[in-house]
Amino acid sequence: MAKKSIGPVRREFVPWESPDHPPFIEFRNVTKKFGEFTAVNDLSLKIYEREFFALLGGSGCGKTTLMRMLAGFETPTTGQIFLDGQDMAGIPPYRRPSNMMFQSYALFPHMSVEKNIAFGLKQDKLPAQDIESRVAEMLRLTKLEEFAKRKPHQLSGGQRQRVALARSLAKRPKVLLLDEPLGALDRKLREETQFELMALQEDLEMTFLIVTHDQEEAMTVADRIAVMDKGQLVQVATPAEIYETPNSKFVADFIGDVNLIEAKVVEKSTTGTRLVSVTDGFVIDSEQNTDAGTDETVWYAIRPEKVRIAQGTGEAGAVNQIGGLVWDIAYLGDVSIIHVKVGEDDHDTIRSTFANVSRMVEKPITWDDEVVLTFDRDAGVILRG
Amino acid sequence: MTDEIAAPAKRTFGGKLLIAVPYLWLLIFFLAPFLIVFKISLSQVAIAIPPYIPTFDLAEGWQAFTDNLAELSLENYLWLTEDALYWKSYVSSVIIAGISTMLTLLIGYPIAYGMARSPRAWRPTLLMLVILPFWTSFLIRVYAWIGILKNEGLLNQFLLMLGLIDEPLVILNTNIAVYIGIVYSYLPFLVLPLYASLERLDGSLLEAAEDLGSPPWKAFWQITVPLSLPGVIAGCFLVFIPAVGEFVIPDLLGGSDTLMIGKTLWVEFFNNRDWPVSSAVAVILILILVIPIVLFQNQQQKMSEADG
Repeated sequence: MAKKSIGPVRREFVPWESPDHPPFIEFRNVTKKFGEFTAVNDLSLKIYEREFFALLGGSGCGKTTLMRMLAGFETPTTGQIFLDGQDMAGIPPYRRPSNMMFQSYALFPHMSVEKNIAFGLKQDKLPAQDIESRVAEMLRLTKLEEFAKRKPHQLSGGQRQRVALARSLAKRPKVLLLDEPLGALDRKLREETQFELMALQEDLEMTFLIVTHDQEEAMTVADRIAVMDKGQLVQVATPAEIYETPNSKFVADFIGDVNLIEAKVVEKSTTGTRLVSVTDGFVIDSEQNTDAGTDETVWYAIRPEKVRIAQGTGEAGAVNQIGGLVWDIAYLGDVSIIHVKVGEDDHDTIRSTFANVSRMVEKPITWDDEVVLTFDRDAGVILRG
Repeated sequence: MTDEIAAPAKRTFGGKLLIAVPYLWLLIFFLAPFLIVFKISLSQVAIAIPPYIPTFDLAEGWQAFTDNLAELSLENYLWLTEDALYWKSYVSSVIIAGISTMLTLLIGYPIAYGMARSPRAWRPTLLMLVILPFWTSFLIRVYAWIGILKNEGLLNQFLLMLGLIDEPLVILNTNIAVYIGIVYSYLPFLVLPLYASLERLDGSLLEAAEDLGSPPWKAFWQITVPLSLPGVIAGCFLVFIPAVGEFVIPDLLGGSDTLMIGKTLWVEFFNNRDWPVSSAVAVILILILVIPIVLFQNQQQKMSEADG
């Protein structure tokens, strides 16, 4: 049997899998307190050179604080931060080899686009010619040539975003920090810009660290994602691993849509685990081995697109098969999400994604239809909390 | 349907009305008095009540009106150019007001900056402290400075007590006292607009400058100062303009050799009872103040148009 891998592979770049690979950025037991509030709690993290790394979490999870500590705007209460082997303690922001693209863009309103981009280079007292050529290069890279003489207030949101990007890239920082960089753009422009960012990162061979609350954005651009909650890392993994093998209920629930089924372990063997739904009594057979003991209550997390749906009634007592009634349908165009009521309670539903591959359907699924949900042994994950 | 059409029309009328209010205000309280003063400046001094002719009594009819009009002349303005006292007073006023404005800016900028960077909860209190002196009469506050600055005043007593000086400093009745008086009196007028523009300044701009390699003290000159310039200019105008025509401060704190146009005007008006000449002095003062400001604003407008 061929070894299965998780999700499509974007590029062969997995330095985190070799333990000897030196980290480019390292947070070592970093804690940051604001008075009584602990924003970052004893956090350790390694990021590698040329990696596109995303810090993902809800507001107040500490992701921005973590980035600001790397930029030098906040000082860790305890712990160390290393960048390219150098301890960053006591080094002020203006002497750190990192540049940041601010959420508000923070463009200097009294300077033209080219002066904004040249600002960082001028601080380094580079010769005028070098500054000029670098600015021209950045303008070309971000397709801003015709706007060079404009002031920020004369630009659209998307153009401002590109100026901010050009300005933070102009100094060729060792690491580019992106603080919610695309938050102010509309959806279409945001998606385009995500791919532009990825191409830039690849071309410039730079290390990018992005902070975002938008999971789609993180999954699109990043090589690895760190999911944060309450100042701690919950899971650090590739987008596909985060999505397909979340390590906790929090991650499963935070990333994408998921059915969380409360179930009891009834049988453990070398080939897998057998669970029974606590509320509805259906049987789940999983190929996953779990540390949970027999009779322990766990969560079985299964993504809606991994639940197949068919009209009809299931066989009684069959494995990985749940009968129910169609309770609600959300038609999204590309897919429909069908809520199937599997128990007595109205809220006791399982969601299944139904790909709308045909434009015309002879007998479409509709409300109150009797349906049967099926899924494979490797479709879901068993989570202990 | 009719409602929908009527609504915008009503709004435009309301909008016009709203704009008309300040224009009307300027017309009644600035332009009309200015025209009266201008008319008096073209009249001749007379021993009468009021002390000038012609007086333009509308009851005398059209013929008298045109006769009176013919009597008006620019004689008083010629007189201003003949006596050196006037242009010396103007120049001296502008210099004293200019130096005072610079001093006010030097003191006011750090105050406004400190207020704008202070914790948000303190700011209303600090703002209150800046405005607080206005609650006492301006005249009383200037008189208080006499008590502080005179030879046996509080300042000299204090310095003598510390042993820093052996003899009392002569400050009162010198230009230094005038500078102190103007800086003290007009400081809030500079601090308030400056504070407003500094408080608006986005802190992330300074972080961005620092992130790009500019240490905080350089970022101050590269970012904070240029962006607070509108506040600086507004504040300086608010100090300079009234300071040029200031009378109370040079009269009470200045010496007999302190030459300011406000004092000259006072002497002309009350001591010499020469209303026409003092009106001419006032008209020229307005021109001295208004023309540079208009030119400056034109310049600013051209600059912002060049940007756009």
